[in-house]
Amino acid sequence: MKKTARPPATKSAARASKTDHPAVEKLRTGISSLDIIAKGGLPKNRTTLISGTAGSGKTVFAVHFLAAGIALGEPGVFVTFEESADDVRKNMHSFGWDLAAMEEEGKLAFVDASPDPDVETVEAGGFDLGALLARVQNAVKKVKAKRVSVDSLGAVFSQFSDQAMVRGELFRIASALKGMGVTAVLTAERTDDHGPVARFGVEEFIADNVMILRNALERETRRRTIEILKFRGCDHQKGEFPFTIVPRGGVIVIPLSAMQLSMKSSNVRISSGNAELDEMCGGGLFRDSVTLVSGATGTGKTLTVGQFLQGGAAAGEKCLLLAFEESRDQLIRNATGWGFDFERMERDGRLRIVCDYPDLSGLEDWLVTIQQTITDFGPQRVALDSLSALENVGTLKSFREFVIGLTSFIKHHEITGMFTATTGSLMGGDSITESNISTLTDSIILLRYVEMFGEMKRGLTVLKMRGSAHDKAIREFTIGQGGMQMGRPFKNVTGIIAGAPMHVSPSDVERAWTQFDTDVGDRRRRAEDRAQS
Amino acid sequence: MVHLCDVSIGMEGYLSKYVLTLYVTGTSPRTRIAIENLNRICKEDLIGKYELEIVDVLEHPQRAEDERILATPTLIKQLPPPLRRVIGDLSDKDKVLLGLEVRPSSSSSSPNASSEAP
Repeated sequence: MKKTARPPATKSAARASKTDHPAVEKLRTGISSLDIIAKGGLPKNRTTLISGTAGSGKTVFAVHFLAAGIALGEPGVFVTFEESADDVRKNMHSFGWDLAAMEEEGKLAFVDASPDPDVETVEAGGFDLGALLARVQNAVKKVKAKRVSVDSLGAVFSQFSDQAMVRGELFRIASALKGMGVTAVLTAERTDDHGPVARFGVEEFIADNVMILRNALERETRRRTIEILKFRGCDHQKGEFPFTIVPRGGVIVIPLSAMQLSMKSSNVRISSGNAELDEMCGGGLFRDSVTLVSGATGTGKTLTVGQFLQGGAAAGEKCLLLAFEESRDQLIRNATGWGFDFERMERDGRLRIVCDYPDLSGLEDWLVTIQQTITDFGPQRVALDSLSALENVGTLKSFREFVIGLTSFIKHHEITGMFTATTGSLMGGDSITESNISTLTDSIILLRYVEMFGEMKRGLTVLKMRGSAHDKAIREFTIGQGGMQMGRPFKNVTGIIAGAPMHVSPSDVERAWTQFDTDVGDRRRRAEDRAQS
Repeated sequence: MVHLCDVSIGMEGYLSKYVLTLYVTGTSPRTRIAIENLNRICKEDLIGKYELEIVDVLEHPQRAEDERILATPTLIKQLPPPLRRVIGDLSDKDKVLLGLEVRPSSSSSSPNASSEAP
């Protein structure tokens, strides 16, 4: 009776609500770029397990999660099983998080469950972790917490002998956390970067979502990555993403795939600082392009960069020079030799020179540091001399990621970039840098030594210029006061780029041209024009 | 909070008095068992020289926070020093006495025990 009496509308509405069940809501964590790989943030009101080996950054992540939440106006509770609350407060100071102040403001509460070495404990009969749960609930209520971090689950197991009890109690606490309406991060240790998710084999079942932090040793360098293994019922980006932990910043994820999607492109041309080079490039470099200048040592890469900066400063732009090969004083002296006054440009606020040893930190850290410098200074041009110096700091993969990260960051901010790469051999050849990143850059300028009758000459060619016509000739250039003076194209010489220049008699050149029977006259005329100019 | 006092006053008695706190969660069967066990131990071995407080952490979570209690039931012996903790429902009497550093009453009149008193 009742069934028939029910209007059909409600029935369909009920069905609709079943199929249109709202997707799992995400909580924006506020941790830079973690939200990008997590596609919006961590699943709201759920528990996420952060698993990693010793030193993989779990505690920093757990604290950062809360600190970022407090910055967004969401209070948090930190449950520590490992370090004492005092130690955590002290250790996190270097990241710029004043936890004691947050506690005073009533935005953060600690539940200190770390073992007390002064008190001897005896187990006599069955027990549960009811007091712990009561304390967590109390703390959540006290600060009206929206976020809870538990660090770490493994340490609970080591405090008690009855593992089965601990397991059961952790399940109870995890489900209680959900009931409290908080988004929780639980950390757990694992013994191996690529082994089971966590040491006790149960941690991953306690949480809805699992993220893994890795800190792998590759070629004597540490490489941190973060991977979202599972997000129950919602989407995330797959695979490992490099991340770094920096003072005054905490966890910074480098989301490569996300960066590449948002690149812009413009048709505005800017000067490379050398009118002839601009002409070779078809009218200048594109505003948000990245140019790779490749050549052997001494071919004039730093000079090309100097010109680029000088050109920027002359046009009233701000320029940033990241120098990994020469000291500041050396750079300034060399620039003076070419007629560029770097010191004055700096005084005028047009230039900032950052000189550092490439080995000072890992590539991920460099990327973050450089990005911060760019954000602070806000330049229109960025030059990096040289990429090859950074090549050996990390693995090839890290290096590629660094270049991808930097290129996309530069383009995203509509900055013109110029990187240099050193080739190993004096004549021709290419470098690891070049072969790995040439596809990532928009333009490539090759600088080469050309041996001619007992003399080393320098040649320049624009190898690639994405989205533009450019001069295909290899031109000679000289270096002197005022920088680079472009000369004629090398005639009667072949094999410059291959590193084996060979002289051919003009008649051979003539014959080569005539082998192609289309527009022979045209080509010849053009070649002659070029020779005359 | 429940206070159970059974102290025979006097300087001597005060010095050797046991100040105990039992932390429990609500009125679970485990709570009941622990209280029963503790009462029996007090009657048998600590008669006349203990002060016991029972704290329900659900009602007083801050007390648990201050004492950094994780497990329930937890029995804490504040006095005489040193501070000792016994966790569990106290069904293992020998372990409880060991944890509290109490000698069973049968040996309390032995010279060893009396030498410890001052």
